[in-house]
Amino acid sequence: MRSLLRTLDGPLARDIALVCVADTIVGVSFGAIAVSAGLPLWLPILLSVVVFAGAAQFMFVGIVAAGGNPIAAVVAGLLVNARHLPFGFAIGDLLDGGWVRRIAGTHLMIDESVAFALAQREPDRRRAAYWTCAISLFACWNAGVMLGAFGGNALRDTAALGLDAAFPAVLLALVVPSLRDAPTRRAAFAGVLIALATAPLLPAGMPVLLALAGLLAGRGTAPSAETAQEPTS
Amino acid sequence: MTAATGLLVATLALGAGTFALRLAGPLLRARVALSPRVEGLMTRATVVLLAALVATAALLDGARFAGFARAAGVTVGGILAWRGAPFVVVVLAAAATAAGLRLLGVP
Repeated sequence: MRSLLRTLDGPLARDIALVCVADTIVGVSFGAIAVSAGLPLWLPILLSVVVFAGAAQFMFVGIVAAGGNPIAAVVAGLLVNARHLPFGFAIGDLLDGGWVRRIAGTHLMIDESVAFALAQREPDRRRAAYWTCAISLFACWNAGVMLGAFGGNALRDTAALGLDAAFPAVLLALVVPSLRDAPTRRAAFAGVLIALATAPLLPAGMPVLLALAGLLAGRGTAPSAETAQEPTS
Repeated sequence: MTAATGLLVATLALGAGTFALRLAGPLLRARVALSPRVEGLMTRATVVLLAALVATAALLDGARFAGFARAAGVTVGGILAWRGAPFVVVVLAAAATAAGLRLLGVP
């Protein structure tokens, strides 16, 4: 852990801290929304520990709070989380070093930790960014959810704070440097079109997976492993 | 099975299923060495997935349009990011744009 912290510089730590603050607030709202919908106190707390994936958790709680079948909620949540499969192939090399590390790093894999790793060029920085983001977001998210579940009724509407725009912006800021590579940009653009076109027809999670077909738009040009760039901050 | 037991089992099932989805990649990576080409393709796939995630999260709530405030906020963030603004500026500008527009009554 000490070597991770040495690799982590000020700007990167500050960027991750900002995401932690936003994540905590959304966590509070998740806990509050679940409990005020009449669900038991332990449900949002346990979900956040064992699932640890915001979008799937909101989906699950939304379905069971509306009286839906828990099996349907599980299936919907798994579809939303299916993107972790390709994510795992991309960042799996960061989890080497024994079983404990692999299991912990696997469980803590989320959009933000993957995106922060993607935005770094050197292996040491990728590893530091991934682990720092993963561990600190796990702590903040669960603390926030617990706070919200135990009486965060004041904080239900994160849209008033613009946080619904902040989260896509977090991922976008981390992806933009990779988009400077033209074939990658073509693939991403095609993928976005596919996802948006299929979103009205398919269950949540599927459109994002189908976006992978956009990779065909970048074919013919051998991708280099060095397309990721230094973050701009 | 009581309702509470059902919810508990469902929560654990979603946790276990999600873990399995997350584990497949790291397990395979530990067994086979990937060529630089495949490695690069994996990186590109991650960019495509994240870009699609950004677009759907920015524009849609389920299958419906999420409203102009959120879309404008993410767009402002995207322009700033493309022009090389620091991460903190990108994120705060996106949130402030969406929050400000809502304050003005934009949905």
